[in-house]
Amino acid sequence: MKYQLEIQNITKSYGDLKANDDISLSIKPASIHALLGENGAGKSTLVKVIYGSLQPDSGQMQWCGEGYSPKSPFEAREQGIAMVFQHFSLFESLTVAENIILGLDDIGLETDFTEQITKFSKQYGLNINPQQVVGDLSVGARQRVEIIRCLMQNPKLLIMDEPTSVLTPQEVTDLFVTLRKLAEDGCAILYISHKLEEVRQICSHATILRGGKLVQNCNPQDHSKQEIAEMMIGKKLIQLARSNITTGQDIFSINNLSRKSDDMFGVDLHDISLTIKKGSIVGIAGVAGNGQDELMQLLIGEVEAPEETLVFKGENIGGLNSHQRRQLSMFFIPEERLGHGAVPDMGLHENMLLSRPEKSEMTHYGVINWNNVEKLTQQVIDDFKVQTQSSKMQAKSLSGGNLQKFMVGRELIQNPELLIVSQPTWGVDAGSENNIHQALIALADQGSAILIISQDLDEILTLCEQIHVLSEGSLSAAVDMKDNGLEKISHLMLGSEQQ
Amino acid sequence: MIRLIPRTEPSKAMIFLSPLLALVLTALTAFFIFTFILTDIEVSSVFFTLFVEPLIDTYYISELLVKAAPLIMIALGLSIGFRAGVWNIGAEGQYVIGGITGGAVGLYFYNVEGFWLIPLMSIAAILGGMLYAGIAAFLKTKFQVNEILVTLMLTYVAVLFLSAMLQGPMRNPSGFNFPESRLFHDSALLPIIWQGTRLNVGLIVAIMLSFLTWFGIKKHLSGLQIKISGSAPRAAKFAGFDDKQTIWFSLLISGGVAGLAGLFEAIGPAGQITPGLPQFYGFTAIIVAFLARLHPIAIIFSSLLIALTYLGGENVQIYFNLPSSITNIFQGMLLFYFLACDILIQYKIVLFKTVQQRL
Amino acid sequence: MNEGLVFAIIIGISIASAPLIFAAIGELVVERSGVLNLGVEGMMIVGALAGFVVEFHTESSLLAVLAALLAGMAIASIFAFLTQILLTNHVATGLALTLFGLGIAAFVGRSYTEENIELISEIHIPLISDLPIIGPLLFGYNPLVYLAFIMVFLVWWFLFKTKQGLILRAIGDNHDAAHAIGHNVIRYRVLAILFGGAMAGIGGAFLSLVQVPIWGEDMTAGRGWIALALVVFSSWQPFKVILGALIFGGITVIQLHAQGFDIRISAAYMSMLPYLATIVILVSLRIRDKNKTNRTMPNCLGRIFHSTT
Repeated sequence: MKYQLEIQNITKSYGDLKANDDISLSIKPASIHALLGENGAGKSTLVKVIYGSLQPDSGQMQWCGEGYSPKSPFEAREQGIAMVFQHFSLFESLTVAENIILGLDDIGLETDFTEQITKFSKQYGLNINPQQVVGDLSVGARQRVEIIRCLMQNPKLLIMDEPTSVLTPQEVTDLFVTLRKLAEDGCAILYISHKLEEVRQICSHATILRGGKLVQNCNPQDHSKQEIAEMMIGKKLIQLARSNITTGQDIFSINNLSRKSDDMFGVDLHDISLTIKKGSIVGIAGVAGNGQDELMQLLIGEVEAPEETLVFKGENIGGLNSHQRRQLSMFFIPEERLGHGAVPDMGLHENMLLSRPEKSEMTHYGVINWNNVEKLTQQVIDDFKVQTQSSKMQAKSLSGGNLQKFMVGRELIQNPELLIVSQPTWGVDAGSENNIHQALIALADQGSAILIISQDLDEILTLCEQIHVLSEGSLSAAVDMKDNGLEKISHLMLGSEQQ
Repeated sequence: MIRLIPRTEPSKAMIFLSPLLALVLTALTAFFIFTFILTDIEVSSVFFTLFVEPLIDTYYISELLVKAAPLIMIALGLSIGFRAGVWNIGAEGQYVIGGITGGAVGLYFYNVEGFWLIPLMSIAAILGGMLYAGIAAFLKTKFQVNEILVTLMLTYVAVLFLSAMLQGPMRNPSGFNFPESRLFHDSALLPIIWQGTRLNVGLIVAIMLSFLTWFGIKKHLSGLQIKISGSAPRAAKFAGFDDKQTIWFSLLISGGVAGLAGLFEAIGPAGQITPGLPQFYGFTAIIVAFLARLHPIAIIFSSLLIALTYLGGENVQIYFNLPSSITNIFQGMLLFYFLACDILIQYKIVLFKTVQQRL
Repeated sequence: MNEGLVFAIIIGISIASAPLIFAAIGELVVERSGVLNLGVEGMMIVGALAGFVVEFHTESSLLAVLAALLAGMAIASIFAFLTQILLTNHVATGLALTLFGLGIAAFVGRSYTEENIELISEIHIPLISDLPIIGPLLFGYNPLVYLAFIMVFLVWWFLFKTKQGLILRAIGDNHDAAHAIGHNVIRYRVLAILFGGAMAGIGGAFLSLVQVPIWGEDMTAGRGWIALALVVFSSWQPFKVILGALIFGGITVIQLHAQGFDIRISAAYMSMLPYLATIVILVSLRIRDKNKTNRTMPNCLGRIFHSTT
């Protein structure tokens, strides 16, 4: 059988690190082929090699049976390879049509594209308005723009990097319809994901990577989710569960919080209310770009809220900044690690001082006692198994998982009565994810309250006993999970986009 | 092709080596210029005049220190702002205004003697400089107007204001209409610390300020606050640092010390206020701050280095009839090389195969 | 007021505005690509000197303008190399460029401070330029003034009507995305910086070839910085650069004429007007757009691009 793309013994190193070590796989035409692996397993490197953004140290590729070694994305696109990026490669200030033209090599501005875009979007059920500015679009719509941009190149191979991580369940279903139709039309699809249920639903082949090496080529439908997960991780995972949920009095509430966004591409928040009890874990589900960032800013205190809209332990705290809130024992872990929760080019010990620096006598009247700072930093590193050479390593030199563990540890070591955390395990390897979830559960079991804002629905369903959905800046009431809870959540996540 | 590969952690060796490398490259370029372009001048004697003579003659050494003092002070103030990403480029203007406000107090009491005179004038100079830089802080915090443009425009205004003052209210009534002020009273002049030279207590103040700044930056939370505001503004908000406070703080501090430096020039080497008060120190201090990589103690050394180029420039002007602007060229070149060499701290250079990309 | 004075004022405004238009339109392209070059003042003064020197030796205005253009590009190439290849901080490098440019112009220009050249004069087309009102109003300007307006049009056409212009804007918006889909970020930015240098060079030459027939090392007097302010004023829209430049040109001319009218204000105070006006305009702009983040500003402005691949 002839393959669309064959990869043979590809090796690529960065310094001492072998990102890809002797990897081979073959993709049939008209098939949907999964590429699975944890962060850092080497998926991105392999994809960049295929797409021509990276050149391998050794190994070959065949495209339609002929030798293929692209030097740039242009060459890859000329052959008919298109890619939808995980972090969208879109230009916010430009229109949909302009964005699409930028991805097409031989098209100038003279041709009127609007019609063609509309035609494609109808054909594949990808609803989009070519004249809209991308900055105004929802995440799902942005992905549709990316896909249309790829489809207009008439690709023979479409690479999709984590396409569903930002979509609502309904959007995922729609995407799968589109992908199946594409495959029927003869296009091969390389589907990168860590969502195993989806992969088992849609893919007929899977290649699993771990630590830069090929673990297995298989048919995902022949294996259980658990089996595939353990192939990816290389070890068994600890089952999570809360031992005893004992909730106490109300500790924190948001009361009718509304705010217009300063940013023109931002989301306005409408009349948000929520109450959290001691010892409970509350989750806010929802797709990115529905007001999570805006809400998080208000909760941290980076943006002032009206006094009485935020109440913690009976005190109005809307006007307090994050430092003042921490002194009341509210702590925060933002989604973005580098540049928000941590300063990239400062050492961990310096980053330690971002959160309530007077703790454990790290500072006295503002004068820093570096000895105490380092002691406490070392304690966080030890307690939370942060892998780092020393407490002075720059934050940006740590892997996502390790930095996240540090940030979680930095807040937890202060014994927060309320922890507000956004995307606790975003871009984190499964081992660290497991650790972080355990730590959060342990905190709640102690009687502290936790608010989790996450786009990862699985995470919310695992950890939280009270779930709200944020959609277009509005927060739903707590969802009653008793009958068809998942369906209700999915319905709420869609917001007004549903017909 | 050459490729830059980020280092996993900044190279400690390069932090010290890159300024030296920049110095060597500047010297090499100067050598090249004198050998091949200005062929009518003997290289070795120019080099001697530029770099050696100022270091072996006591008069020149004292002058070196006289010039270094204002540079240290201004650069210290600027370095605080630069850490915070607040670009006060108009220290020259704040320096002039400080000279005017502080000088005005001294001229008001031109015939009064008093130990309180210098402190009073200093306060007036600091307030003047702060007020002037405060305009930029106000406009930036209130209207998000770019402080680079505001401080620069205000520098041109300040220099024009100085000439208006010297033609008007501050002109010496018995000075034959020259645009110069009266001479300050002796008790309003900075005490000389090295007899027979012009070196005054300004240098001691400058060095004390260096150590004070060092303490603030290394040992105090506010130093960390400033650094984080500059390199990661969102992280600063996360920590609860007030970004407006940082802007005000850095502009007021840098304006205040620049103003004080302006006064010290007027009541130090000058002894009166003249149109020659602005000597480009405000701009040169930017170079000083960068060469010191914004480190308060290193600023003392980079000020001496830059003061050397000032003196050398004056000397080649006298001995070789070369314009003093050669100083600016060397300073600019030094900064170019320095910025370029700094890349070696965060990146290592690797030779790579060319990656072809189409336009 | 008589007709002659009105025309004199209009011509005066055109001459005062043109160098700002040149420098600002060049910087606008640079900033659209995501680069902040604060070296405009330095590039202008180098252009002014190059133009003056070549005019003095060859008496060819065309060669003089060409020399200014090349000199501006040459000094801009230092900035391009440092910021794009060696990834230096845009602000620091731009400041160094200004200091370096001022130094080198003063140094090279030292032997020309006593010299005079003949200015490039207004065009005069027989018959047409002599038409009443329309003649001087449309056909009586300096050829470089026309060039300034043509450049604005060309920049607009390039940015909004060509694929390359679209790519340039895209790079300024999101350089990582542009790189990911295969556009050469650094090449576009280097070319934009060189264009900015060329325009600043011509803008500088306009001062020494059209405004005054002598060379002085302080002849730019902050115009490079005002040009930078104009780019902000324009919200990165080419045609608004003209509007801004005309306002500044107007203030400059009014201030000069006011000094002629024997108004009892010290000349020093009058000379402050263009600088103060710059601040006032920057502030009023922000008051108008209050509580809005500036959406027209290129997202990547001043950010260093380094691809790890």
